[in-house]
Amino acid sequence: MMPDREKTAFRWIARMAWRDSRRNRSRLFLFISSIIIGIAALVAIFSFGDNLAKDIDKQAAGLIGADLVLHSNRELSVEGQAIVDSVQRLSTGYSAEQSFASMVLFVHNGGTRLVEVRALGGEFPYYGQLETVPEAAGATFRRQRQALVDKTLMLQFDAEVGDSVKIGEVTFEIAGRLERAPGQSGLSTTVAPAVFIPLEYLPATGLNQKGSRINYSYYFQLAKGSDADALASGLDSLLEVQRMGYDTIASRKRETGRSFADLNKFLSLVGFVALLLGCIGVSSAIHIYIKEKLNSIAILRCLGASSRQAFLIFLVQVLGVGLAGSVIGALLGTFIQQLLPLVLRDFVPVTISSDISWWAIAQGIGLGVCISALFALLPLIGIRNIAPLNTLRLSLDAPSPVRDRWSWLIYGLIGLFVFGYAYLQLDGVGQTLAFTVGVALSFLVLYAAASLLVWLVKRFFPSSWSYLWRQGLSNLFRPNNQTVILIVAIGLGTAFIATLFSVQGMLITRVSLSSSENQPNMVLFDIQSSQKAEVAQLVAAQGLPVLDEVPIVTVQLEAINGITADAARRDSTLDVSRRALGGELRSTYRSELTDSEKITAGKWLGETIGGDTARVSLEEGYARRIRVEIGDELLFNVQGVRIPTIVGSFREVDWNRVQTNFRLIFPEGVINDAPQFHVLMTRVPDEATSARMQQAMVQQFPNVSIIDLGLILSVLDAILDKIGFVIRFMGGFSILTGFVVLIASVMISKYQRIREGVLLRTMGATRKQILVITALEYFFLGLIASFTGVLLGMGGSWALAVFSFEIPFTPDIPVLLLLMLVVASLTVLIGLVNSRGVTSRPPLEILRKEI
Amino acid sequence: MDTILSVREVGKTYQSAGKSLTVLHQINFEVAVASTVSIVGPSGSGKTTLLGLCAGLDRASVGSIVLNGVSLDTLTEDERARVRNQYVGFVFQNFQLLPTLTALENVMVPLELRGAGNSRQVALDLLDKVGLADRGHHYPLQLSGGEQQRVSIARAFSNAPRILFADEPTGNLDAETSENVEKLLFDLNHDMGTTLVLVTHDLELASKTQRIIRMKGGQVVSDSMIDKTNR
Repeated sequence: MMPDREKTAFRWIARMAWRDSRRNRSRLFLFISSIIIGIAALVAIFSFGDNLAKDIDKQAAGLIGADLVLHSNRELSVEGQAIVDSVQRLSTGYSAEQSFASMVLFVHNGGTRLVEVRALGGEFPYYGQLETVPEAAGATFRRQRQALVDKTLMLQFDAEVGDSVKIGEVTFEIAGRLERAPGQSGLSTTVAPAVFIPLEYLPATGLNQKGSRINYSYYFQLAKGSDADALASGLDSLLEVQRMGYDTIASRKRETGRSFADLNKFLSLVGFVALLLGCIGVSSAIHIYIKEKLNSIAILRCLGASSRQAFLIFLVQVLGVGLAGSVIGALLGTFIQQLLPLVLRDFVPVTISSDISWWAIAQGIGLGVCISALFALLPLIGIRNIAPLNTLRLSLDAPSPVRDRWSWLIYGLIGLFVFGYAYLQLDGVGQTLAFTVGVALSFLVLYAAASLLVWLVKRFFPSSWSYLWRQGLSNLFRPNNQTVILIVAIGLGTAFIATLFSVQGMLITRVSLSSSENQPNMVLFDIQSSQKAEVAQLVAAQGLPVLDEVPIVTVQLEAINGITADAARRDSTLDVSRRALGGELRSTYRSELTDSEKITAGKWLGETIGGDTARVSLEEGYARRIRVEIGDELLFNVQGVRIPTIVGSFREVDWNRVQTNFRLIFPEGVINDAPQFHVLMTRVPDEATSARMQQAMVQQFPNVSIIDLGLILSVLDAILDKIGFVIRFMGGFSILTGFVVLIASVMISKYQRIREGVLLRTMGATRKQILVITALEYFFLGLIASFTGVLLGMGGSWALAVFSFEIPFTPDIPVLLLLMLVVASLTVLIGLVNSRGVTSRPPLEILRKEI
Repeated sequence: MDTILSVREVGKTYQSAGKSLTVLHQINFEVAVASTVSIVGPSGSGKTTLLGLCAGLDRASVGSIVLNGVSLDTLTEDERARVRNQYVGFVFQNFQLLPTLTALENVMVPLELRGAGNSRQVALDLLDKVGLADRGHHYPLQLSGGEQQRVSIARAFSNAPRILFADEPTGNLDAETSENVEKLLFDLNHDMGTTLVLVTHDLELASKTQRIIRMKGGQVVSDSMIDKTNR
């Protein structure tokens, strides 16, 4: 219990805080406005996460479409089929699906494209539905020679329901436009748009030949009350032996929840950075506020208030406005949350609701109050050192918080808070440290840039420049300037956007560049051995060169140094990669290396003389992953034939080239006669030739699939555009916070500016001259902030390019320059709009009021 | 006669940029209870610094100051704040009202700090005494200079101080207003038995006190009682 005396004292503090705030409420609100955006972003993301978790929970069955799915990427063995049959006997519904990549030809206009063909038998889905237009098509297409075609494909090829599509040797009528299928998101249909056909027509297409890369899925609807998870885990070891996998509603829910928890954590970290930015704005504004309150605090001290009481009065004020700002932020966030499903719908496989999440609101408000108080403490602790003597001799310099030992404690608390918050969002201390240090470094770089600017302007002040320029420049370092905070806030927002533009530009450029210098830009694959010569002839007939032709053999790694998958399963102490054993690899055979390969260890032998054990070459990364050394023995199963090999060499491979690259290469003379298909590469000069070539190929060789660079580029562009939109949306919060801090800073120093402006006008300055001075000040601020932000962004995109994407760093300088100019112009515009009172107030009014 | 303020060998030196500046040197005097004293001298002579030290707003570098029997030398800043709240009142040249509080609230603050229950009524009475009963809800910016100083005087007397320090109380006022404020100060001093210590340039105002301490170059150059019978 609080003693009566303390209760009275606290009541007085609260009353004083309330009284003092009456004349300052709009200004206090201005300070706190900087955190509103950050809180709004976080509440929106928290609410989105909350709703998403609930929606995944509610719609989990619709994500998978069945109670249990068994899947395999090869045709079932007798044992595998027995498992499927036994589960089918326990089920009330059963569907089978075979899916694979194939070309589709739109008959009405000859358009072709690589798609995901899903040949479906049975009544799948049992939960959720194939959403189609017309609605009935989702059910009726399976009973006729009809297809459902993804809406993006329909749009791209200007197709309508009733048109025809040719898949392999069969022409299907388009029964409906596919809007949504269980488990599909906008992003997955961008990468591989789906075409559903009835399973019974698959053999007629001629596409499911031996060696084709087909995924087999078996969907089961179990009787009510059955436990799909128990059933699946009971089958687990059997399935593993058959290299089959399974999914249940619960496992898909976990998996989906986990993926989106990661997305949510990433977004909430971006929102948190916006909040941090706002908090620095709050800290800076409170610093100025306290400077202006110096005299009032000294008077209170004179009248007998203790340093603690004076400190608490302003702390209570900050907590009050922090609460108000957080509540407003939470309200705004709840509104923004209604937009998030639109922004993120392409990434999410469920329909997202936008219910109000009270937990998210409470979290946002709690976070806002804590962090605004924490950051405000830095300038507030200075109050304890304000001497009552200031009533007699006013010192212009408020006590610097840096010199106060308590300030180090507060810096420590802030660091701990940031670390703690990041720790809750990230995995492990390493990532958390990287985030915390990264944020601190970004702030420090911007802080250093701002301090350097102030120092440079002071040190090399251009005394010979005209008065307007000198005045504009000197505003950058005059008392109560906001140079540092504005550069940090605007700079960080700019850095986000600059990184995004750079990385997106570089990835696109990289793919475009990869086709230059006569490199291939079209890949034809799934060519059967019997078709090899004819396909090459067709390519030549189109006037196109055959740049490369490679055989591909699917092999299975059965044993490493005599250890088989079975042995590894039985004895977990064996030092062998269990994941590699039994895994399928696409390999080739040749006598020479290509120019994208380099031997890094061992010796390359391009030919195996009869009787010798083959010396295979492994890509060094793959060798590292499966933990093998030069000289180790690998046993491969090549379509039923066991082939022992020895690791002869390791290769470094440049994966960035449009070229066939392999993790495993056999020398000539070992697997030359194994079942294989072929890949052919050519270079098409333009889109028209590409379309002509694809049409001819699909007509004559419908099983041959084609990827051209245009398709890769358009898919990449679409994906980056979708990701970019999300990042721009989130980065927008930081930029917006930067501008709110700018507006708040301008308004806070407005009274001082009005007085200065009035004095200048009293002495004969024109409105235009005052506007020019203001514009110049904000131009310098905006320019330096955006310049530093762009530099940081370039640093970030360089790191991403080199370490993450492993592509050359090629920043788009004109775009970055344009970004700098736009940010600087916006800064000037906001500065001028908010300073308009400086020139519009009559001088006498100001002078009489003695502001 | 009882002493309310005792100043013994007081000196004040400021350190700035590695150099020291002595602004007060070996000051000695005592002030009797309920007396009126003025400290006069040219600008820079150390008057205001001395006033600040006597009122416990700052700490002397050397010497000792005893206020109402309490030695200020060993007290912490917060302990000195309590002493100020209990025994001291202030009137400043630039009024020093809290701009965000109304006139009434400004007067209430010292009482509220003490936890007094009747602060509102006492403040209203004092405002009435200084002729501002109807301006209690006005903010300082809405009052004239003279009115602000009257509020400041009401506030200074609100905690019934044993001693009141006034720094150029009429320095910012016109002649007529000055006269009213002076009268108010002396009347309240008389009615409430408060000791009055004034710092002023105004020799006419100084002559209205019982004693004048003259300062120059940080030292007391004369300390004389005024012979009221000659006036």
